[in-house]
Amino acid sequence: MAKIKLPPVPSNPLSSPKRPGKEYGPSGARGHAAEAGVSAVDWIDERTSLSGGLRWAMFRKVPKGTNWFYTLGSATMFAFLSQAVTGVFLAMYYDPSATRAYESIQYINNNVFLGEFVHGMHRWGSSVMVILIFLHMGRTFFFGAYKYPRELNWVIGVALLVMTMTMSFSGYLLPFDQRSYWATIVGVNINGTGPLVGPYLSEFLRAGPYFGATTLSRFYAIHMLMVPGAIAALMGFHLYLVAKLGTTAPPWIKAKGPEKLSEEKVTVEA
Amino acid sequence: MNKQQKEKYLRDYGTLKSQGKPFFPYAVAKDSAMAMVVMAVIIAMSIVLGAELGPKADPTSTTYTPRPEWYFFFLFELLRVIKPPALVQLATIGVPTICLILLFLLPFYDRGPERRPERRPIATTAGIFVIGAIGYLTYLGAAAGPPTQIDIPVPANVVSQGPTAVANYKAGEQVVAQSGCAACHKFGENGNSGPGPALTKVGARLPAQAIQRTLLNPSAPMPSFSALSEQSPKQFAQMVGFLAALK
Ligand code: HEM
Repeated sequence: MAKIKLPPVPSNPLSSPKRPGKEYGPSGARGHAAEAGVSAVDWIDERTSLSGGLRWAMFRKVPKGTNWFYTLGSATMFAFLSQAVTGVFLAMYYDPSATRAYESIQYINNNVFLGEFVHGMHRWGSSVMVILIFLHMGRTFFFGAYKYPRELNWVIGVALLVMTMTMSFSGYLLPFDQRSYWATIVGVNINGTGPLVGPYLSEFLRAGPYFGATTLSRFYAIHMLMVPGAIAALMGFHLYLVAKLGTTAPPWIKAKGPEKLSEEKVTVEA
Repeated sequence: MNKQQKEKYLRDYGTLKSQGKPFFPYAVAKDSAMAMVVMAVIIAMSIVLGAELGPKADPTSTTYTPRPEWYFFFLFELLRVIKPPALVQLATIGVPTICLILLFLLPFYDRGPERRPERRPIATTAGIFVIGAIGYLTYLGAAAGPPTQIDIPVPANVVSQGPTAVANYKAGEQVVAQSGCAACHKFGENGNSGPGPALTKVGARLPAQAIQRTLLNPSAPMPSFSALSEQSPKQFAQMVGFLAALK
């Protein structure tokens, strides 16, 4: 078989020119160490291309006139994160059984280092989150931010509101004191009066026809796995849409178009 | 919004956006400042208000107040405002469900191009009305008295039966008061008028057996007292006796 001769390849056509001095670029162990962070990020980015998305999310522009009311959404998210972190802490000690739940919370309050403090942050954080979510909803309502093209973001927001209330409802039972026990019984009974799904819903919540031993672990699973997972997923979608569509400008701000640009005088230096 | 209005909106928005500032670091800085405030408020509330526990849950104990967390007060109060028993379903499920559907579908029936609140009189009025209503109901819920006190004068027919009957009546009154029935029922001057019917004169309406049946098998949202009847039949009987004597 005849071999085709390869054309001569120029020696390394793409190599960059040699750096003129030692002070440029990594040289020696110290130089490489100094560049380690950059090259680690480069390494990840070469394989994931995440930097494009990050740049897209972080350096998008926020319209003129954006004010403090626009921080309510991220404040809600922050309250949720605080609930997640303090919740993990509580979950390390909590025991969702009807006989041990109350004592495990008592143990957190009395024996765990900073236990009552973190428990208190979780309890009052829920109120803060509910207040913030209502304020955020009020802001988007009065600013007309639910209108085209952000309709879907409103719908997702209402779902987030319902799930946040579900979190409060399911969490209220967990300390298993008198107040939480009886309030939850009445709450579940109220759900039971609903048409069609009502009785099934309250049976599902109670894990049976009566309030029993498994009710508490069911509430716990709803409270710490099911609903927060759904909230995190929907929150991600909500934020993606915010970045994609951009936040609204305050409704009273008028767009002054490029006329202004054309009015600008250009002086040419002689 | 028709196609033309949509295009105008997107054009105007594009202009405003291009004149704005980048999200990082400007909006991020504001958001972070707000996050600090939120954190500080949560920490302060935790330190000041603590996280105390009440007495342990006890299905047989009768000293409880079925009170929800404060941000559910407005839903709970709805049960009191809408009193007729035929409408209870409406209050428990109907009104909240309808409001929720209206909330979900808002962007689909309010499609006008106008966004300034003062030029959307219907939306703005409705919004303020809803906030006012929720605020008022929350206030009502917070102001509702502790439902553990009942003073009804001993009925004459009980007095005429002698001191044992009066003692039994008093004991039953105590059980009923401690059971928190007054959270949802009115007893003379005490208690809340709803969600349940007034019990000032139940004895005249229902015989003791019917009262007992209701206590064991109530219609929602009332909790059942079957646990009490099993654990402490004497108290349960006193409870029924007291209620049946209210004429
Ligand atoms: C877990 C709850 C929620 C989180 C973490 C959240 C987060 C956010 C964030 C960070 C923004 C960016 C602009 C801003 O902060 O104002 C936003 C925008 C928005 N949110 Fe939410 N939100 C939540 C719940 C809701 C609810 C309950 C609604 C309404 C029912 C809603 C409707 C909207 C709308 C329409 C926008 C677009 C606003 C605009 O572009 O000006 N969100 N959300």
